[in-house]
Amino acid sequence: MSATASPALGPVKDPKVAARLGSRRKRVDVVIRTLSLAATGIGLVFLASILVTLFAKGFGAMNLSVLTEVTRPPGSEGGLLNAIVGSLIQVALATLIGTPIGMLVGTYLAEYARGSRFGDVVRFVSDILLSAPSILIGLFVYQLLVLPFGGFSGWAGVAALAIIIIPIVVRTTEDMLRLIPNTLREAVIGLGAPKWKMVVMVCWRSAISGIITGVLLGIARIAGETAPLLFTSLGNNAWSTDLSAPMPSLPITIYSYAGSPFQDWIELAWAGALLITLAVLLLNIGARTLLRSRK
Amino acid sequence: MQQATTMTLGARSASGRRGSQLGDTLFAGACQAAGGFVLLLLGGIIVELFLGGLPAFKAFGLPFLWSTEWDPVSEVFGAGVSIYGTIVTAVLSILLAVPLAFGVAFTLTELAPPWLRRPVGTAVELLAAVPSIIYGMWGFFLIAPLMAQYVQPPLIDSLGELPGIGALFQGPPFGTGILTAALILAIMILPFIAATMRDVFEQVPPVYKESAYGLGCTTWEVMRNVVLPYTRISVAGGIMLGLGRALGETMAVTFVIGNANRITTTLFGPGNTIASVVALEFGESETGSLKLSSLLALGFILFVISFIVLATSRFLLRSRLKG
Repeated sequence: MSATASPALGPVKDPKVAARLGSRRKRVDVVIRTLSLAATGIGLVFLASILVTLFAKGFGAMNLSVLTEVTRPPGSEGGLLNAIVGSLIQVALATLIGTPIGMLVGTYLAEYARGSRFGDVVRFVSDILLSAPSILIGLFVYQLLVLPFGGFSGWAGVAALAIIIIPIVVRTTEDMLRLIPNTLREAVIGLGAPKWKMVVMVCWRSAISGIITGVLLGIARIAGETAPLLFTSLGNNAWSTDLSAPMPSLPITIYSYAGSPFQDWIELAWAGALLITLAVLLLNIGARTLLRSRK
Repeated sequence: MQQATTMTLGARSASGRRGSQLGDTLFAGACQAAGGFVLLLLGGIIVELFLGGLPAFKAFGLPFLWSTEWDPVSEVFGAGVSIYGTIVTAVLSILLAVPLAFGVAFTLTELAPPWLRRPVGTAVELLAAVPSIIYGMWGFFLIAPLMAQYVQPPLIDSLGELPGIGALFQGPPFGTGILTAALILAIMILPFIAATMRDVFEQVPPVYKESAYGLGCTTWEVMRNVVLPYTRISVAGGIMLGLGRALGETMAVTFVIGNANRITTTLFGPGNTIASVVALEFGESETGSLKLSSLLALGFILFVISFIVLATSRFLLRSRLKG
């Protein structure tokens, strides 16, 4: 029986009835607590299962040639070097392009657009982009950069990943800047500093570890993105660092290898999956530790 | 001498002020332009997807939305099956994920000892960090065989015989299919829903909970009669956020849904979603073909659906965002 329902029944006078009601309420409570703990356990089991599977299958497939050889046809002992380098290049460039834009937008929302209608619209749109299906970003960049400029290219992949990281940086930059007390801003303005100096030299500096956290989480997110790269940088089985040509990347290579019928390619896919998951999880844990050490 | 110094000082500060005004204008302009750029991005996505899909919309008209045909040979395309698959897998995944997420949030806010809350919370959040393609491989190589061997046969034997709902649990146990896709999706969106629920549960003023405890309520009664009513709008917003994520998930679904263009009544049957069709068929479509245009049209439809869901989610969560 719920607490809101019992007053309607009136106070229970009979102690036997009261005891029975009480024990029933306690039973319900215990059952739901147990189920909730079980749900948490299930969530943890899933995480553990993913990690154990990755280690079991990926560790066996891991050896030095994975990191030193480029992708080769099945049966000829290839590695993942070109895919790893391609991913590093695209993720690094996307981060370099997306971070300043995201920081400016976040700064605009926190420092210039408080309460303004335009700012509300920008915040809304940025939040929609944050959760929008990444495959649509890929289709958009395909329409915008691949079709008109004659083919798949590393630059198109960079653009797609940059669009994905921007809203992540916007969110954290705005949140971190809003944590700064207004008295600090007033003190800086009171000293006669122009507003841009206040923002760059005081607000950004106080919020920097939070913003870096956001950027790290953003890197972790785009490093594993597969769907948008299908339509932009496409993938490449040869060594290529030419950004105007199709470019290999780790997620795309994993995708095509995992779906292949060749056992050695599937094993390479597991090795790549282990690499990428470790990188992503370490970035996440690192980012969280950084944020916590600040507080 | 005295006067000269004052004058140069004055001149310098005046030019300094002009310089800083210029700096202010430039910086504020750059920030605002970046904000405008974000709007352009969203506008660009809408316009480009719509323009790309326009030939398909023109060729097939409104029936494109419910036509179940997908025939690349005779160039007849319809979105019916993939829209159905997208919505069914997303809704099923919500049904599976919400009880789990509630359990996690309840544990993290009320049940677990404080020293355990942060590590467990972080672990659940790490589920959100695992890339989609990893879920796909894990689902395909581990979960699908488990489903085929241990989950689907008993369900088919026990529930498949029942009238009515039995139709949901029939067919050969392939392991892959709609139910497996929904299960993987549920695990992927679980951390998003759980994190939102935990955050809003923590915002309930302790006095409310304490007064309920003071009346003799059990932990569950406090959750049901105080915390949930107080946070129900934000909880709905968190669920919508999860739904929005589930609708557009691509790689994991592509691995496990079985990829067949038909509507089946059984949960074990293969199907497809908008995202999985686009990912799989894109490579086989020629530039400028009606097929490619149909895929872009599918993308536009997916965008409209996710936009509505995500906008609703934000609307419901706005009270929380304002703090």
